[in-house]
Amino acid sequence: MSSVKYLILRRVVQISILLLYFAGNYYGWKILVGNLSTSVVFGKIPLSDPYAVLQMFVAGAVISSNILIGAVIIFLFYGILGGRAFCSWVCPVNIITDAANWTRRKFGFDMVAKKQPSSRNLRYWVLLISLIISFFLAIPAFEFISPISMVHRGLIFGMGFGWAAVVILYLFDLFVLKNGWCGHICPLGGFYSIIGKFRLLKVKHDSEACTGCMECKIVCPEVQVLHMIDKVSIPVTSGECTNCGRCIDVCKDNALGFFLKVENNNKKGEINNE
Amino acid sequence: MNRKQKKVKSYRQPLSESRRGFLGTTRNIGLAILGGLAWSAYVDEAKANRLLLRPPGALGENDFLKTCIKCGLCVAACRNRDGNIIYDEKGKRIGTKEPTLRLAKPGDNKPLGTPFFIARENPCFMCDDIPCVPACPSGALDLNSLINKKTKKLDINRAKMGLAVVHKESCIAYWGLQCDACYRACPLLGKALTIDMQMNKRTGKHAFLLPVVHSDICTGCGLCEKACVVEKAAIFVLPREYAMGEVGTHYVKGWDSNDQQRVGGAKSIHTIDERSKQKAVDKLNNLGGLLDE
Repeated sequence: MSSVKYLILRRVVQISILLLYFAGNYYGWKILVGNLSTSVVFGKIPLSDPYAVLQMFVAGAVISSNILIGAVIIFLFYGILGGRAFCSWVCPVNIITDAANWTRRKFGFDMVAKKQPSSRNLRYWVLLISLIISFFLAIPAFEFISPISMVHRGLIFGMGFGWAAVVILYLFDLFVLKNGWCGHICPLGGFYSIIGKFRLLKVKHDSEACTGCMECKIVCPEVQVLHMIDKVSIPVTSGECTNCGRCIDVCKDNALGFFLKVENNNKKGEINNE
Repeated sequence: MNRKQKKVKSYRQPLSESRRGFLGTTRNIGLAILGGLAWSAYVDEAKANRLLLRPPGALGENDFLKTCIKCGLCVAACRNRDGNIIYDEKGKRIGTKEPTLRLAKPGDNKPLGTPFFIARENPCFMCDDIPCVPACPSGALDLNSLINKKTKKLDINRAKMGLAVVHKESCIAYWGLQCDACYRACPLLGKALTIDMQMNKRTGKHAFLLPVVHSDICTGCGLCEKACVVEKAAIFVLPREYAMGEVGTHYVKGWDSNDQQRVGGAKSIHTIDERSKQKAVDKLNNLGGLLDE
């Protein structure tokens, strides 16, 4: 059962957040109202997507204090604590792309299309281009095409043809590019990769315990971050790690686990002393 | 045979490091331009649809599109406003009516994720407390624009969501039938919408009761459009930029002393050149020998 602990926990968190947003609109609950662009917690605390606010700023909008405070809160939360945890614990698109990956593994599509014709750095280019377009068209460019907000808004306020975005994302990740959206293109993921570089919550690796079964590399959606597996006992430092915890779930040797940097300093010292 | 071998060989020659780097960079830049242009084209088209009604207090469309963060808090506030909630006999909440405001979703063909309303289906009911506007976190719905300067309180009558327009050929009041549905529905009746009585010359003894909209008062709530009894509303709300003309600055009301002040400092200009030697009338009569055969 422990091989799906974090997976189930993530789904519970993702779906609970969605339900709270849904209830905020349909039942007037005050716990969480709005959507992932901006929301209000308990009718008081604002939360805003810092990447959306950055685009608005570049587009030349006047940024209200509410939005700014909300963006700072989210920026600090993911920047200091969670890193890209947004991608795997909150974003609804994660469920779609995980489903595509599961289909790939289950039916062996990975075997027929092994070549990955694109670089994972693409997302930083998309991020840069989104800001350039925002500047020249005076409009938050990614917010107008973002399938993340499209799907999320759809679930809360009514889907329309938004289901097409779901199908497109699923088919793209399944047949065009493995981890295509979340791992290559999504500029929001790129944004959190950059600000999450110095996060406190990381996955640590113990190469002594590792038997080199490489199960973790099979399930990891950002496999390049696991370069240390079975080689050195260092934590996953790349900002591209989404802290999804799948590697920890599938590891049968206890060679992987979450840790907070604050407690790490002591532990690392202990290991060195031994 | 010899030539063919040569060709294959040159093709297979490994690229030099610098050439490889150059080609790679060129490819990346080319792809970035391709993606950037396609993306810009889509966004530019997507924001072009302006035939829609925004919530009260909305900034001008250009500013609105860059300031609105598409959170839907106005929509949630509109759905959960007082009077929109349905209770059962015991006073327990069992649901809500469909709200006026909705967020544009794929298929609506409106700028995605932005709030709008369709007056014929669900007009703005002009709540006194205006729940949607204070809910806006971004300032895309501008609270200050709705504050009455005298009372310092929120005043929904200051909203300018659009302007009602009458299409007289499909308005049965213009036929001579007695219909004042729009007038009765108007929350500012007698001010935003008045009835102009004219004689019906066809019958010689009846009156036309013609609806007239006053653009300085009309808020564009759309209650008239909702109330209109004909199949496709003869009175309907358009965004103000579509429904209104503009005189410009070069016409001045000579009978209005306030308007006259606009040209208070104006000076007349006299140009003196060769042609000024002759009077205008002489100049016109002088055909320059045209009739001399």
